[in-house]
Amino acid sequence: MRANPVVESGAQTANEVSRRDVLALAGSGLFVLFSTEEAQAQVQEEKIAERPTFATDFNAYVRIAPDGKVTGFAGKVELGQGSITVLSQLIADELDVEYDSVTMVMVDTAVCPWDMGTFGSLNVRQYSLLVRAAAAEARAVLLQMAAEKLGVPVERLRVHAGVISDQAAPDKKVGYGQLVDGKKIERHLAKVPVKPYPALGLSKQRLLRKDALAKVAGKAEFTADVKLPGMLYARIVRPPAHGAKLKSANTEAAEKAGARVIRDGDLIAVLHERPDVAEHALSLVKAEFDTPKSDVDETSIFQHLEKMAPPPRMVKESGSIADGEKQAATVVEGTYLNAYGAHAPIETHSALASFENGKVTVWASTQTPFPLREQIAQELKMRQSDVRVIVPFVGGGFGGKSASGQAIEAARLARLAGTPVQVVYDRAEEFFYDFVRPAAIIKLRTGLTADGRISSWDCKLIAGGERESIPFYNFPNQRTMSAGSMGGGTAPGMHFFGIGAWRAPSVNSNTFARESHMDVLAVKAGVDPVEFRLRHLTDVRMRKVLETAAQRFGWKTGKAPSGCGQGVALGMDVGTYCATCAELSVDKKTGAVKVHRMVVAMDPGVAVNPDGVLQQMEGATTMGLGYALSEELRFRGGEIHDRNFDTYQIPRFSWVPKIECIIVETPGTPAQGCAEPPVVTVGAVLASAIFDATGARLFQLPMTPERVKQALARV
Amino acid sequence: MEQTISFTLNGKPASVATDGERMLLWVLRSDLGLTGTKFGCGEAQCGACTVIVDGEAVRSCVTPLKDVAGKKVLTIEGLESGGHLNALQEAFVKHHAFQCGFCTPGMVINAYAVLAKNPRVQREEIIKEMDGNLCRCGEHVRILDAIEEAGVAMQGGAR
Repeated sequence: MRANPVVESGAQTANEVSRRDVLALAGSGLFVLFSTEEAQAQVQEEKIAERPTFATDFNAYVRIAPDGKVTGFAGKVELGQGSITVLSQLIADELDVEYDSVTMVMVDTAVCPWDMGTFGSLNVRQYSLLVRAAAAEARAVLLQMAAEKLGVPVERLRVHAGVISDQAAPDKKVGYGQLVDGKKIERHLAKVPVKPYPALGLSKQRLLRKDALAKVAGKAEFTADVKLPGMLYARIVRPPAHGAKLKSANTEAAEKAGARVIRDGDLIAVLHERPDVAEHALSLVKAEFDTPKSDVDETSIFQHLEKMAPPPRMVKESGSIADGEKQAATVVEGTYLNAYGAHAPIETHSALASFENGKVTVWASTQTPFPLREQIAQELKMRQSDVRVIVPFVGGGFGGKSASGQAIEAARLARLAGTPVQVVYDRAEEFFYDFVRPAAIIKLRTGLTADGRISSWDCKLIAGGERESIPFYNFPNQRTMSAGSMGGGTAPGMHFFGIGAWRAPSVNSNTFARESHMDVLAVKAGVDPVEFRLRHLTDVRMRKVLETAAQRFGWKTGKAPSGCGQGVALGMDVGTYCATCAELSVDKKTGAVKVHRMVVAMDPGVAVNPDGVLQQMEGATTMGLGYALSEELRFRGGEIHDRNFDTYQIPRFSWVPKIECIIVETPGTPAQGCAEPPVVTVGAVLASAIFDATGARLFQLPMTPERVKQALARV
Repeated sequence: MEQTISFTLNGKPASVATDGERMLLWVLRSDLGLTGTKFGCGEAQCGACTVIVDGEAVRSCVTPLKDVAGKKVLTIEGLESGGHLNALQEAFVKHHAFQCGFCTPGMVINAYAVLAKNPRVQREEIIKEMDGNLCRCGEHVRILDAIEEAGVAMQGGAR
């Protein structure tokens, strides 16, 4: 149980740790020299002190066995995003070994190099550079060793499939495995360049995902599948609401039913060797709580947030709003709302802890194994070196598994029980303890000139956070302020439960507001929505994804509402450009929205694993249907009313339209994030298309049938 | 009440002495060590725990063990034969019809029940039959493509 439920998720650091930081850290290892493209990203020499840092010895990332097989070690967990596949691929390319000869070790803090966590679409755009640099250095060292062994200058050597040979005399050769001979390579080289992107040959192949065979066979091991001798399953007494205090608990009946009861302060658990018996025993515990009362719910939350938010701070200002409004023929205001949203991975938070000789090993479904190791050490007053965290396959995270309270509970209980203990949240606990995407209010006040140009853009964000709130359009006079954001300013009492990073934190809400408002202004200006956007865009990459999506979609130029139900929205996140077009119809009687087709064009720089990029585009677009149309956490004060998927509706097969994804590469531009950008446009693009279909504008997500009906009634 | 319940599990006889009111999911996972079948919601809302009982897809999290007495139970572990994936699993691999893989056993098993009854099933019908299986990673289109393709292979005699 968390004492203070209003806590920021650890994933916040995703916003703060820039690419520059990571490159600086990598640069401090003295072995990294980036290829020409990456050099353009300006490696800065600043050091970040008093923080765990990335390993600098390449042996931490790659090891070569005597048979030549390569094992990769990384701090990134496999959430389904394909980290073990793309990192294996890049190691194989840098080392010149076969893809099939590379295996990644799942994160185990005892053997894997430190990383801050798996979030922020950082795996390829930042982390892989460290791994590639390690592999590149290893290859260079191996070439030097081969040159000495074969008596041939390095320049004359070539590598193919892990075998180094003399170009002049191909029979003169030696394999990596033979060279290393099972030993750690002690030799190091400074400034070994990674290969330029075009030389990463595996990028051009469709590779079998490393996890495919295990996952379709049911053999992929998740945390809850790990079983140890003597292991007990724990179920924990939970409060009815966040902020509730335990008054009394009677566990007699649970004990009579054969369960073991452990009590440690407010932590009361029933344990049994069978999970369902523990579950039954939990239902027999009579616990009373003092529950704070509040009338704030998902409807009144917006007034509450406005009232409670701290004063706004400036995010960015340029030009003069007053001047811009003077030039305007009309000033258009709009307020846009988004609800609290749950991560709802199908695998609930799971952990297993086992003590041996004063040391603890914790298996956990977590996105942050290294920070978790630190937390467990802190909570249990242990040394970090006595805590080991292992992360098997994780059944989805989306930001929600950056917080890992279940693992701390398992560790506490295992120590008290003297035997291994598993803690797996049930679905109600998963909703209750989720660090949800915050509800958001975005207020826009904009000036539109007589010739249809935006002369001022004044934006005030409340509660949702500022990531990607500065428009990428060319607005001469603009100002963005943020109050009570995720990035460092929730006031006490604002939220009744934990908030955190939900796939593209802040950006879904901010994009919904910006793009919806662009549509509103296009209508006022009497201009086609695509044309109106192009009019305010000079960024060639954004123009290109928009034009690509519109063309593939078959955009029908004209003023909205056209009645045909087409929509458009642009988005930017983690360095990647995204444009989405959608076609839908609205049942005017029920308010139900049926999406027929979506076209997504995305520019992530280069795409190092194109099928992986497509999976992210399709998956994020599909996931986005949920926050756009149905997902809204219902609550009253600290009571969470959604307990399962019957009321919290996530996208289903019957919702999913035809989805066409186009990767628009910008060659020579470093690979950027792919997991988040395509989700950010979905709320806005469906709002745009609903307006085009019906003339009804929705200013609030999710666009439930009821809200659609209300909007239709206003037309 | 403890009783001995016998059934056929993945083609082999199985017998468990336990309380017959316990849900099949937990007996499979904790008593029999078959962890391919997943817990996702506990209320038949997500499909991660799907198994096949006498040819019908059921949610094992709400199926008491006593209900499968004398019946044939097929779990994800029973789909392979002789170390080879079946046609549906092959199609999931080919299409990369998964990301995190947690819902995948339930998806595969539910789809297998559909195709085993009628490999000629049309996409609309597949969508209807799969609608109770949730995937949070958003692999729906690839899953449907894989099921359709496996249906064609099964019409041609693949198992």
